[in-house]
Amino acid sequence: MTGKSVIVYFVNLLPDQNLTFMTLNINGVKQEVSAEPGTDLLSVLRNELDLTGSKYGCGEGACGACMVLINGKPAPSCITPATDAVGKEIITIEGLEKNGNLHPVQEAFLKADPFQCSYCASGIIMSSVALLRNNSTPSENEIITAMNRNICRCGTYLNIVKAIRLAAK
Amino acid sequence: MMENAKHTFDPDQYELPPKPAHKFRLNRRKFFAVVGSGLAVAFICKDVLSLAGEPAPQSAVPANQVGAWIHIGEDGTVSVYTGKVEVGQNIRTSLSQIVAEELHVSLQSINMIMGDTGLVPYDAGTFGSRSTPQMGTQLRKAAATAREALKEMAAKSWKTKPDLLQADQGNIIDPRTRNKISFGDLTKGQQLLLPIAEEVKVTPAADWLIAGKTVPKINGRSFITGKHKYVSDMKLPGMLYGKILRPPAYEAKLVDVDLTKAQAMTGVVVVRDGDFIGVAARDLRTADKALQVIHAKWETTRQPSTSEIFSYLLKNTTGGGGRNANNEKGNVEEGQAFADFKHTKTYHIHYIAHVPLEPRAALAQWAEGKLTVWTGTQRPFGVQEELSEVFNISKEKVRVIMPDTGSAYGGKHSGEAAIEAARLAQEAKKPVKLVWTRKEEFTWAYFRPAGVIEVSSGIKKDGTISAWKFNNYNSGASGLNTQYRISNQQIAYHPSDTPLKQGSYRGLASTANVFAREAHITDMARLLKMDQLEFRLLNTDDLRLKAVLEAAANAFGWNGNKKPAGRGYGISCGYEKGGYVATCAEVAVNSDKAVKVVRITQAFECGAIVHPLHLENQIMGSIVQGLGGALFEAIDFADGKILNASLSAYRVPRFGDMPKIDIVMLDRKDLPSAGAGEAAIIGVAPAVRNAILDASGVGLTTLPLVPDGVLSQRPA
Repeated sequence: MTGKSVIVYFVNLLPDQNLTFMTLNINGVKQEVSAEPGTDLLSVLRNELDLTGSKYGCGEGACGACMVLINGKPAPSCITPATDAVGKEIITIEGLEKNGNLHPVQEAFLKADPFQCSYCASGIIMSSVALLRNNSTPSENEIITAMNRNICRCGTYLNIVKAIRLAAK
Repeated sequence: MMENAKHTFDPDQYELPPKPAHKFRLNRRKFFAVVGSGLAVAFICKDVLSLAGEPAPQSAVPANQVGAWIHIGEDGTVSVYTGKVEVGQNIRTSLSQIVAEELHVSLQSINMIMGDTGLVPYDAGTFGSRSTPQMGTQLRKAAATAREALKEMAAKSWKTKPDLLQADQGNIIDPRTRNKISFGDLTKGQQLLLPIAEEVKVTPAADWLIAGKTVPKINGRSFITGKHKYVSDMKLPGMLYGKILRPPAYEAKLVDVDLTKAQAMTGVVVVRDGDFIGVAARDLRTADKALQVIHAKWETTRQPSTSEIFSYLLKNTTGGGGRNANNEKGNVEEGQAFADFKHTKTYHIHYIAHVPLEPRAALAQWAEGKLTVWTGTQRPFGVQEELSEVFNISKEKVRVIMPDTGSAYGGKHSGEAAIEAARLAQEAKKPVKLVWTRKEEFTWAYFRPAGVIEVSSGIKKDGTISAWKFNNYNSGASGLNTQYRISNQQIAYHPSDTPLKQGSYRGLASTANVFAREAHITDMARLLKMDQLEFRLLNTDDLRLKAVLEAAANAFGWNGNKKPAGRGYGISCGYEKGGYVATCAEVAVNSDKAVKVVRITQAFECGAIVHPLHLENQIMGSIVQGLGGALFEAIDFADGKILNASLSAYRVPRFGDMPKIDIVMLDRKDLPSAGAGEAAIIGVAPAVRNAILDASGVGLTTLPLVPDGVLSQRPA
């Protein structure tokens, strides 16, 4: 790549015209953002608002690394158009901590320490929060069904289940 | 006896650095200018020589040389500098425990500086399960050396003997006089650089107070709050987002390209350099769009596909085969001639992908002719070398920093994203971040090799294995040798020309070799109508292997349990990278031939346990990743394209795939700690395969075993 045939182009033209402006309610704060129609919520969170706790893992809602809560329900933000979230309450991993206090589910995960690389942690914790909101004493099967959209490639699933059980206590 | 027999760590070809390692010289003045005054203990032979005023040898540091140093600052802060990296194995925590243990300081007072080529001594990389046995051992000695030096310093000022003093919570104390001085007060104003004392007394595992215990993960809170910045999360002022135009297939050649539309876009930097075409823009959306309007014409060639891969590998052997390519003992033909039973089988192993949840990512910045790249890699110094070569600048001008990354499993040895981001940043004259998409990670990284393994054996009625012929085509050499007592063996590894890029993996080739070996061993036991466990115990002398076999069998209930109808039991065992493993599996095959793994019981022993919970996570993770490769993971490809390059098409284990998992950890406080990230994976596939055989009479020979979840073969 250090050959001679290097061609570089710098171009500056007019700003992009094709933007939609919207207000998103994220972690209890109203945020004005501009995005093209169809832009996924994950890109807005990560790139526009620097809320990088939600992760990119697959771009097709198949791994759960980008999981957020929209009106209390878990949603893979990588396949959720940002415009769909307008007028709804969005909670990301950054919104769980209140005044420096961890959410009880986070407390349980900190104590149970099930993660290895932890890249899946945000999404798994968000799915767990959603599960326990609706069902404070889930059975093993209910946990597995609710969590099946989340991949932990490090594979410590059964210790993650333990952490969820601890959080349910 | 073989109790403490040392099994050599057979390095796989992918574990050997492409070139002899770096030169590294430590300048004392410069060193303390960087780290601040205090006391430091370093361990690199060359440094030690140069400290003693002797000329350092001109030869490079050997590839297996580990370097690191421990520094105790004037404020008492303990900093550990190591080229090892954190990829989720929780080595940051376990190395901290080891240092804290020997220095008698709290875990919180330890600051681990890892994987930053600008700050830490050369390290070949984090692979081969070497961080615990090699880096851990050296850091333990370095910390003990520092502790003894601090005692000597205190003894001098108190005019007493160092042996009468103790290190305690960051202080040196004299229990008789109750004199007490902090590490910081002792090191204040000092610039004392010591070589590691090889014979220093270290704390025996039985007396450990911090190591050997489950302690909270270092930085645990930053991970569960989403605050930890992986490379893909990082931002620099003025940073651009990069994208690369990928060819439609491997080996495709660029014929023609029209860049005019992309060039016409606002704030877009377009770079073409030979067949490399990339863009960078203020936001990812614009970069994506720029890529979409580039029209490129590629020339592609016909390439092998999944359906023909095994015959292709057999036809295209390349010769050679690394260090342990051929092992011959006795006479295999004679061994076969004396056998009462003969058994011959061919095993096939598909390519699989590592699928680190964080794909390759890099953030590159040029300033004053120097390049800094943050990237997720297991080999920061290897990537530094790649960058130095690609950009034709000296290594001193390249700094690679590796923030704790979103896993690797042997899949992040290379620096592709780093090179690409750096190339874009060079032209943009701004920092550029490049994060690979999942499709790119599936396509342009590398795979665990596919391979063919032919095994033929001879067995005598008394259970003796009289002949063992094992030919491995392209799977790799790790775990090639047999652990069984066989007087006539002929074992060879034959590399092949591979149509897909292949490289390291968790456990490397052991996942293939142990599968073939342990499947074959169970087949042989069946021919003799002997129990699978009994046959293994009969044919090995290795006490550590026997210990894990017996521990797994007991916990599983191998002999006591009555099998329900349609269920089968399988067992396997082996060792790799200093870890010993035995795996029992229970599988159900129902009337529709659907296969379900009901439970896995695994016993594991890797010497003295440093962190019980993190070890359990390593073992559980290995079992689960092993289940993926055993049951359904396989890369599908044709004509230079990956056909299942997404997480919806390439199936990895999920919560719903979990069997019951029982883990038995044998803590051998009398043995040095070995790594645990690899050996624990090797027993899963053969144990499951052997359990399917027990349940159904079908002896499967291909990995993955049941890609569709259903047994398609009939009993032989």
